[in-house]
Amino acid sequence: MSTDAILTFEEAMEKYDPVLGFEVHVELNTKTKMFSSAPNVFGDEPNTNVNEVDLGMPGVLPVLNRAAVESSIKIGLALNCKIAEACRFARKNYFYPDTPKNFQTSQYDEPIAYDGYLDVELSDGTVFRVEIERAHMEEDAGKLTHMGGATGRIQGADFSLVDYNRAGVPLVEIVTKPIEGAGSRAPELAKAYVAAVREIVKNLGVSDAKMERGNVRCDANVSLRPHGRERFGIRSETKNVNSLRAVEHAVRYEIQRHAAVLDSGIPVVQETRHWHEDTRTTTSGRPKSDADDYRYFPEPDLVPVVASREWVEELRATLPEPPAARRKRLQADWGYSDLEFRDVVNAGVMDEIEETIAAGASASVARKWWMGEIVGRAKNADVDPGQLGVEPATIVELSKMVEDGKINNKMATEVLDHVLAGEGTPAEIVEKRGLAVVSDDGPLLEAIDAALAAQPDVADKIRGGKVQAIGAIVGAVMKATRGQADTGRVRELIMERLGVNA
Amino acid sequence: MTELNPAGTDAGTLIRLSAAQLAAKLAAREVTSVEVTQAYLDRIAQVDGGDRGINAFLHVNTEEALAVAAEVDAIRAAGGAEAEALHELAGVPIAVKDLIVTVGQPTTAGSKILEGWHSPYDATVVARLRAAKMPILGKTNLDEFAMGSSTEHSAYGPTRNPWDLDRIPGGSGGGSAAAVAAFEAPLALGTDTGGSIRQPGAVTGTVGVKPTYGSVSRYGAIAMASSLDQIGPVTRTVLDSALLHQVIGGHDPRDSTSLPEPLADLVAAARTGNVEGMRIGIIKELHGEGYQAGVENRFNDALALLKEAGAEIVEVSCPNFQYALGAYYLIMPSEASSNLAKFDGVRYGLRVLPEDGPMTIERVMGATRAAGFGDEVKRRIILGTYALSAGYYDAYYGSAQKVRTLVQRDFDAAFTVADVLISPTAPTTAFRLGEKLDDPLAMYLNDVATIPANLAGVPGLSLPGGLADEDGLPVGIQLLAPAREDARLYRVGAVLESLLEAKWGGPLLAQAPELAGSPALDTQEAK
Repeated sequence: MSTDAILTFEEAMEKYDPVLGFEVHVELNTKTKMFSSAPNVFGDEPNTNVNEVDLGMPGVLPVLNRAAVESSIKIGLALNCKIAEACRFARKNYFYPDTPKNFQTSQYDEPIAYDGYLDVELSDGTVFRVEIERAHMEEDAGKLTHMGGATGRIQGADFSLVDYNRAGVPLVEIVTKPIEGAGSRAPELAKAYVAAVREIVKNLGVSDAKMERGNVRCDANVSLRPHGRERFGIRSETKNVNSLRAVEHAVRYEIQRHAAVLDSGIPVVQETRHWHEDTRTTTSGRPKSDADDYRYFPEPDLVPVVASREWVEELRATLPEPPAARRKRLQADWGYSDLEFRDVVNAGVMDEIEETIAAGASASVARKWWMGEIVGRAKNADVDPGQLGVEPATIVELSKMVEDGKINNKMATEVLDHVLAGEGTPAEIVEKRGLAVVSDDGPLLEAIDAALAAQPDVADKIRGGKVQAIGAIVGAVMKATRGQADTGRVRELIMERLGVNA
Repeated sequence: MTELNPAGTDAGTLIRLSAAQLAAKLAAREVTSVEVTQAYLDRIAQVDGGDRGINAFLHVNTEEALAVAAEVDAIRAAGGAEAEALHELAGVPIAVKDLIVTVGQPTTAGSKILEGWHSPYDATVVARLRAAKMPILGKTNLDEFAMGSSTEHSAYGPTRNPWDLDRIPGGSGGGSAAAVAAFEAPLALGTDTGGSIRQPGAVTGTVGVKPTYGSVSRYGAIAMASSLDQIGPVTRTVLDSALLHQVIGGHDPRDSTSLPEPLADLVAAARTGNVEGMRIGIIKELHGEGYQAGVENRFNDALALLKEAGAEIVEVSCPNFQYALGAYYLIMPSEASSNLAKFDGVRYGLRVLPEDGPMTIERVMGATRAAGFGDEVKRRIILGTYALSAGYYDAYYGSAQKVRTLVQRDFDAAFTVADVLISPTAPTTAFRLGEKLDDPLAMYLNDVATIPANLAGVPGLSLPGGLADEDGLPVGIQLLAPAREDARLYRVGAVLESLLEAKWGGPLLAQAPELAGSPALDTQEAK
């Protein structure tokens, strides 16, 4: 694997203007598959959620899932698209064993939704409008696992295993028009756009929207052109960039790589690229050219999808509040300042905070945990905060323990680390590790007396009204109790001991 | 006819009865289903195998057929509500074209690529046969993946025409037609993409119906061309076709192209046939030049009889039918090239490993398809792949779809002046085995009169029209009706059949020559 030359991002931006384009695949969370009655469930034993239709047995026929069409229309409406009154499916023909029929049933020139837009908010509150070309329905392919090779890729593998559980899972592919004018904010816009799409489909309830499970998958197209030129440059398409951070990084990297290629005077190759999270680079996939001939033709086994205006309006009436309105409402409900709320949004933890509050935490506790603890940990682990695996219930449990004085804040953050390490629930960890605030005043008083005796001058200061000096005694007591004391109670006891009113 | 026993239930007589007659005898308990089924199984054993056998069956389903027959007999013997609830055709055996999948029996589609494959599910029509408790005698031969007009493209050897064992039984459903014509089954299922039910019916002196597209579920019929394929009845009488059509037809939620409305009463239409005042249209483009003289003569006889019976004969022109064959040979292979892509050796059926070189999936697929498909299948896959290719799509597939629309419009116009259209089913009688095997175009021309109905989705029925003067072989008469008006075919077909049989003094098949090695028939004929 050769390493491509890159320019710094700043150099690239000085010389070139990026144009972006995204294809986001959203897996719908319908009960059954797009064209069969097999269950649409993630994570089961391979090849268990399949029937004769999914396996492409001789003689089978597809039947379109009405719920999938409804979800697709909802997505189209939420993206401000027009909904086609009638549209058809086509067959995309190619031989590959992840597709049991050796063709994929997909919409081609007649998407169900088209001509829309999505307003995307950047970190400073700037709103950038992304034009949507189309949103169309298609079926997912099976999953191939290449065995025996070093890289997990098909090259060098001895054999491949195929799991058809995913074959036929309903997908909506959202395709943008070329996005111009983002300039140096292109990587940020890329992340914000995918985050906005994810927020919409999650908000609509049509997808589980978990990027780590592949529910939302992004192909990012990048091209550069010299400043002032209208014609687009040659693009690369980075496939399956499956976290928000990766989207940002991949776009940034491709801009830097394209710039170096263009600088060297060589034309950019139109191709697909693979994203590597470990090195944060892309490598060449296969050449993608207009010579790819999928021999599309209308799927004769399905009748056209007719979306009556009445049906579309019925669905429109069921749409939840749009994300912008929802943000406004949440900010008001939670009582966050503009800055606090924007930080929450930019950190990508708004949904997580909402879930945590719904699970029983107060708005300030939820923010404190997500913004103060989890976001930082996610950054260190180089994943999106939602991907760390923190359950809202864990936070509620931890904060309850602190409130009840069972553990203190410092211990709570340690317990969180143990939870993340998979050691169990907070209660189990506290129990197992013997972590508990020393609440019996006896040992505390002994420690306090010892501390006061060791620092008589400090004791005198406190007695004399300099209450702020109490920190030195508290610190000594905490040290003596190995951090297991409740600082509030320690403070109270010291004051009592010295006869000072709090 | 000297009856061998008073009830007329000896094997030789039984196998010559129509399905309707068998059903009546079964209901009256004059005969048991086991006796009937066994008589057919014996007949198959007598005439189907060997060097000069009919070779209509690829698989004989003896055990299961007899078990179903015994079950029906037991229910009838017990009487009561369950016996009352039995379907009219319960206990009447049937053969199924081997393009239609069946649990418990192999399904080959006439191809090496599916040799030994057993379907894990039943086709909807098969499920309906089972629900009616009709014993399934076995699976019948066909051109590989239904691609052909002679059954010579079967990977399992050709089927012979019972009228002349050196001639073809038509195709692709030559097995079903020959089985019915040779009294190996009273009923059979076929599939018709461009004439595969009707043309074999014509050349074997039997009745075949291609229903309105969407009126019989295609679920479980291995697709050749999805927008053209339709399952239908293969029988010896018009009434039997109506009875069978009524069993297999009607909406199926597993087939998106299945029509939602309930089936009309086709059996009543066949029983109350009447052509008085009916306008019957001769399609100018579907007779005359290119049609054998004897075919033309029998066609004219049929017209004269219908006129005598009170029908008004009109002439209609369908000018775009001249392009139908060309359009068909673009649309059908295009769809087939995609439908047959699934046969790749990965999940089921034949898997052939390349003899040397790297064992990549592409090369395994290639070796499997090279070894598993016959020449005609490969020809159509190549043709269809080409027609759908970028840069050619508009000129070929796109133009063909336009012709299809024009053919539909021709039918629409014709049906404003005629209630039913009429033509010969095929331009010639049965040709000799091997005669057209190396001339695909001559083979394709057999379907010139049947293809327009598939392109337009309208129903068609072929019934025996007599024997051609020059060769003494059966000629077929085709009736066509507007979509969803299948009942008209039965109404007119039943009248024409009875007029012709009156003229012949009995069914046309009674004039068929004897088959070698058939003791049952020998007895019958020795009377």
